[in-house]
Amino acid sequence: MKSQHIKVLIVVVALAAIAIIIPNTNSFVILLATRALAFSILVMSLDILLGYTGLPSLGQAAYLGVGAYLTAILATRYQFGLGYDFWLVVVLGILFAAALAAIFGLLAIRATGVYFLMITLALGQCAWGLAYRWNSLTGGDNGINLRARPKFGIDLANEVTFFYLVFFLFAVSLLLMYTLVRSPFGRSLAGIRERELRMKILGYNTWLHKYIAFIIAGGFGGLAGVLWAHTAGIVSPENVVLTTSVDALLMAVLGGAGTLVGGVIGAFIVFGLREYLSTLVPWWQYALGAVYVLTILYLPTGLMGIPERLRQRRAATANREDVKKMAPVTS
Amino acid sequence: MTITLLRRLGPPLLGGVVALGLTPPSNAAEELRIGYVAPTTGIFAQVGKDMVDGFQLYLDDVNSDFGGAKVKFIVEDEQAKPDTAVTRAKKLILQDKVHMLVGGLLASSGYALAPVSTADKTVYVVPVSAADDLTQRDLAKYPYMVRTGWSSSQPSHPFGQWACDQGYKKIVAVGADYAFGYEVIGGFQRAFEACGGQIIQKIWPPIGTKDFGPYIPTIRQDADAIFTLMVGPMSLQFPKQLAASGNKKPVIGGGTSYDEFVLPSMGDEVIGHVSALQYSAALETPKNEAFVKKYRAKYGKVPSYYSETNYTTAQMIHEVIKNNKGNFPGAEEFVKQLATLKLDTIRGPVTIDEMRNPVQNIYIKKVEKKKMFGYDKEELWNTVIKTYPNVSQFGQFKKDEFLKQPVYSRDFPPCKFCN
Amino acid sequence: MNTQFWLTQAFNGISYGALLFLVGSGLSLIFGVMRIVNLSHGSYFLLGGYVALSVIWTTGSWLLAIPVAALTIAAVGVAMERVFLRPLGFDPLRQVLLTVGFAFLFQQAALDIWTGNNFDINPPDALTKSIVVGGLYLPLYRIFMIGTALAIGLVLWLVMEKTRMGAAVRATVDDAQMARGVGIDTSRISMLIFALGAFLAALGGVIGGAFLGIYPGLDFEMLPIAFAVVIIGGMGSLGGAAIGALVVGLADNFGKALFPEVSYFTLYAPMALILAVKPTGLFGRE
Repeated sequence: MKSQHIKVLIVVVALAAIAIIIPNTNSFVILLATRALAFSILVMSLDILLGYTGLPSLGQAAYLGVGAYLTAILATRYQFGLGYDFWLVVVLGILFAAALAAIFGLLAIRATGVYFLMITLALGQCAWGLAYRWNSLTGGDNGINLRARPKFGIDLANEVTFFYLVFFLFAVSLLLMYTLVRSPFGRSLAGIRERELRMKILGYNTWLHKYIAFIIAGGFGGLAGVLWAHTAGIVSPENVVLTTSVDALLMAVLGGAGTLVGGVIGAFIVFGLREYLSTLVPWWQYALGAVYVLTILYLPTGLMGIPERLRQRRAATANREDVKKMAPVTS
Repeated sequence: MTITLLRRLGPPLLGGVVALGLTPPSNAAEELRIGYVAPTTGIFAQVGKDMVDGFQLYLDDVNSDFGGAKVKFIVEDEQAKPDTAVTRAKKLILQDKVHMLVGGLLASSGYALAPVSTADKTVYVVPVSAADDLTQRDLAKYPYMVRTGWSSSQPSHPFGQWACDQGYKKIVAVGADYAFGYEVIGGFQRAFEACGGQIIQKIWPPIGTKDFGPYIPTIRQDADAIFTLMVGPMSLQFPKQLAASGNKKPVIGGGTSYDEFVLPSMGDEVIGHVSALQYSAALETPKNEAFVKKYRAKYGKVPSYYSETNYTTAQMIHEVIKNNKGNFPGAEEFVKQLATLKLDTIRGPVTIDEMRNPVQNIYIKKVEKKKMFGYDKEELWNTVIKTYPNVSQFGQFKKDEFLKQPVYSRDFPPCKFCN
Repeated sequence: MNTQFWLTQAFNGISYGALLFLVGSGLSLIFGVMRIVNLSHGSYFLLGGYVALSVIWTTGSWLLAIPVAALTIAAVGVAMERVFLRPLGFDPLRQVLLTVGFAFLFQQAALDIWTGNNFDINPPDALTKSIVVGGLYLPLYRIFMIGTALAIGLVLWLVMEKTRMGAAVRATVDDAQMARGVGIDTSRISMLIFALGAFLAALGGVIGGAFLGIYPGLDFEMLPIAFAVVIIGGMGSLGGAAIGALVVGLADNFGKALFPEVSYFTLYAPMALILAVKPTGLFGRE
């Protein structure tokens, strides 16, 4: 398993690099990195469903929304979550989102493939409708404005401090999800992705496995939402809109589904293009669309899949050389 | 002889020339960096473009020179998403070090940008976002914010009075189901009921409704008139479908229902419809005529209120900077001066009230098909039929009582006469 | 709520359903034959409307705009299918994502070509009037939409049931492998169906454009609605699409009229519930 160790090492080094380099750039880059990291938690949660269980969900934004709105409502209505109780809000955000996933999951898990896509889309739209319509709770389209970031010994209003907090929670999430996918439970998820029928024959309760994965993904989505609320300081139905779910899906595929960190890479690239490129050139939308199309066409395993493909190509070339050597020489 | 003279005079001359070059000019021209936030991509891109074009037209008119200061106009795309607006604003403040933020389209963008201005102690000028509470119940949270556009319910207050004067007694309100809709209709309802009218029904089609089939047949038949608040594509479809359903009642509405942004794409079905706003492109003043002609020549369309309000905002900023001899007087002082400005603008005389919202004319305008300003085609124009001068955001109501009541919402004012 | 109310609402619901059929039938066919979930379908709808506008602006003829727009977008569809979708093979997720990527590209391109102003397609004057039947105002344009949907539905049904081409299509829907086994050129059928799907979507855009308007964002607004039709009616079933369209049209209409509080859920809640119970839709087969 040496290659696995190497991969882990690379990820750890990359994370350390991010943690060290980013705070020394300018405030705008720090802000972007913070946003990308928070959203990456959502993308990674989607990857658990998509990459590891084979369930393409077009409704993950709903869980981001739950976490975000919960944070905002508690902060503005009940002055809750602005001190050490911030950590309580984190827990609540995860629980509430997981609860929603438990409800939605009951409706969605029976479906597979395209139908799963459709039903999660429909459920996501219902969540949006709720956020929009339930004015008294969510503020409707005005959104909810969080006035200040929490202070508990450290002041999160400081961009660098907040960056470290988000980074810390991101790293913890990554670690937890990594442990999950390498656990026996995670392996059975992969098995379900490959051949669900076979898993059923082997006696696995595939429905339950998928359901649990769905709830876990929802929970992490909620965490992402809590952080997201504090990053921008405003929560609105825009956070729960269809394109947010589509974004997450595209980022996961761009980076490479089934790799966890692929989603993070995808998130950074898309945010970079969207937020940074758009300040430089007006045709950034075409660039983004082209990136999606080209990746899907030529890099089906995403960016993280490039080393593997190179290796395969090298192996194929080596094979051909070997075959040539073996070919009988006709004289 | 001349050569010796030159040699004698040369060095002092040269020295003088060099000295002149090194001496800074007497009025040091600062660079005034204005950060503008608008949706330049996405589904609101055209509105964003109109906003930027309006501001840019003013800059072109004065050669980007505000009383000696050279204006650097930096536009960032908010994509009509509040969190993107926040990111862009932060970029403008932290990276581009702008002196002020201007812009924001939707109410949610306004509510997203205002706290940023407070946190970063940066001026935020609001030309479009009309959410009432920004300059009402939430004002204290945003000491660096000044609104130069309007508040949603501002035109509705005099309009309600106008409706009473027409003899309307019962009106049905049909409005887009979101905060802007609630505020425009809420203001109208309060004013209309204060002078004896009754709102007998409120219907709220969701934003993005295109087929009003479910809603139109439910409109009560005993109404004297219909008040509509529509935005964007809804403004185009509702009057058409209303007319096709055989409606004969007079139709009045919020300013955005018939604003010049949508008017060119409308048909004869809106002729005779009346609305209220602080601007109409058909305002027959020399200032407006010149503006419309210039704008149309440059951008190929009649300016909407989005363009006018940004042109006027640029003008107001210019005025303050001019009064400071081309220098930016610091955020607090700028806000103070902008908030006490009195200016004669394209939309008429504008002053800012003590809650940092404009006090201005409200025009009651009626859609007519005619030729205007020397153009040779007959087109739809919003002819001004009545002007209410000096209307503040509280209209004919007392500020303190007004603020004690909750903000206009779906259920406020309550529909006493609906049954 | 008198009879007039119910009749008008029923009529409105049916006419909306007619429009939905135009939008949804193409999507249903594409999925049925090629198992492709085409998230660019909304874009085809909108682009059809935009192309029609250009035709009307240059030639002034609404009648000409209809076939020109539909055929142009059909061509776009074919290009997309041959060049981009064909190489992917059968991979539903990647197809979905590819079509989404294109949807974003189309949206930006439309903005650049036609600007973001809100437009209206203006049909000939005759169609903008209403006829009065027993005190009921029936807009002629709605009648036109119903008529068009019926005509198209009929033509499609005839082709599918009564022609050899139609038989080949139905064979491919049922079992592509077997169809190839008996010598049917399934790849040509696929291309044809994709073109037809795009054609129908664009047609929907031109005809619907006069009813809904043409503006940026319409593409993503129509997409979930088209999917609701296909899901409720069943993917791959033309008859299902028709019934799905009718059901959605009526349910949406009556739902909004009688229970305006749930306006946002009248479309998605039934969709979610039906999928939860029968994941392939009411009439779908898997």
